[in-house]
Amino acid sequence: MSDPLVKLERVTFRYGERTVLDQCDLAISPAERIGLVGANGSGKTTLLGLIVGLRRPALGRVIVFGKPREREADFRAVRGRVGLLFQDSDDQLFCPTVAEDVAFGPFNLGKSRREVEEIVARTLAELGLEGYAHRVTYKLSGGEKRLVALATVLAMEPEVLLLDEPTAGLDETAAERVTGILAGLPQAMLIVSHDHPFLARIAGRTLCLRHGRLQEAS
Amino acid sequence: MHRTADGPALLDRIDPRSRILAAIAFALVVSVVNRPPALLAALACAFVSAAFSGVGPRDMLRRLAPLNVFMLLLVALMPLSSGGRQLGTVGPFPYGADGLRLALTIAAKGNAIVLLLIALAGSLDINTVGHAMSHFRVPDKLTHLLLFTVRYLDVLRREYHRLRVAIEVRAFRPGVNMHTYRTYGRLAGMLLVRSLDRSERVVAAMKCRGFHGHFYLLDHFHYSRRDALFAAVAAAILAGIARLEWL
Repeated sequence: MSDPLVKLERVTFRYGERTVLDQCDLAISPAERIGLVGANGSGKTTLLGLIVGLRRPALGRVIVFGKPREREADFRAVRGRVGLLFQDSDDQLFCPTVAEDVAFGPFNLGKSRREVEEIVARTLAELGLEGYAHRVTYKLSGGEKRLVALATVLAMEPEVLLLDEPTAGLDETAAERVTGILAGLPQAMLIVSHDHPFLARIAGRTLCLRHGRLQEAS
Repeated sequence: MHRTADGPALLDRIDPRSRILAAIAFALVVSVVNRPPALLAALACAFVSAAFSGVGPRDMLRRLAPLNVFMLLLVALMPLSSGGRQLGTVGPFPYGADGLRLALTIAAKGNAIVLLLIALAGSLDINTVGHAMSHFRVPDKLTHLLLFTVRYLDVLRREYHRLRVAIEVRAFRPGVNMHTYRTYGRLAGMLLVRSLDRSERVVAAMKCRGFHGHFYLLDHFHYSRRDALFAAVAAAILAGIARLEWL
């Protein structure tokens, strides 16, 4: 088995007095798709935040792409290569138009205008969002917002995807569309979801977060 | 955005930057002219621009209404406290000609400027204004503030409505009492807290995509021959108005 892309070693995280993650271990290998379930408030979103450095562990190590990551500067390099899809797409889409939102990440990675335009067109086409480039983000439907949010993540060409409830709040058609797209992506994934049939289709194995520890879900 | 049935209106095809600059120049000139011919020319020019702007007459009147309520007050009250030839009396107060002339001058200026602003800048998409601002080298912080406000206004409005509905389904009836004020206070407080939370999540999302304090603009405006023509016409009209005033 090749080296894991993401590794958490005995990571502990606390909100004030409450211990959310208690010496938690996790490894994501290339092309591996892991489902993550757990009760509301059990720390699933926190776990995703730890991997991209939005939160820092009290104890333990976060190793991404073979290097331990501790400071903000360490994580800056991580964020281009690990894509995080937020639970609420309104948090993720903040540019006036779809094209600008998709372009935001690639520009920050230092791509040229021509490259960015090419990436935007390609990413939108891959997700079946042709013709959305000049749509105004806040006027999109929930399903369209989720797809555009996914496009903004994929535009950065990440190697790992962290998906926070990618199908939650979507109607059947939209959820099906998102599922189909995710199933066709080559990246390694960690997918938080309460949707068991969806996880059964997408994820190779499923972990359950309970009392701050990860265990294989039956 | 307002559009006429047969495609973009004439003024909508002009570069937003030229339109904003022309509107500012017009406002500056009109605010200092005082002679009736110059003011009438300015008003006429504003009306003609309005006709070509693609903003419907009803919209136009709706936007002009608040200004003119204020102007009516001026016309009614200003002559009462001014000198000049007496036109009549309102109760014990003399109604003076100087005051009336001044009030009408202000009304003409105000209407001309607002009408032209609506015609030139009012039909611009707010996002376009944001982009134009950054092209004018307006500080990034202000541009971001404008664009974020536009983006999250709707999200906040929906959040407000959700809270509002939550209150109403529990049989809340607003009245003039402490309970109502307390409820509205909590509503506002909750909205503030949620906005703060959301802003933190947005910053996190931006960081995840490598944000480092700079926005890149995808769309660039193109300055064309049509814009040069527009600028020339605008300059000529302003020169004409200035000539009526000072020569």
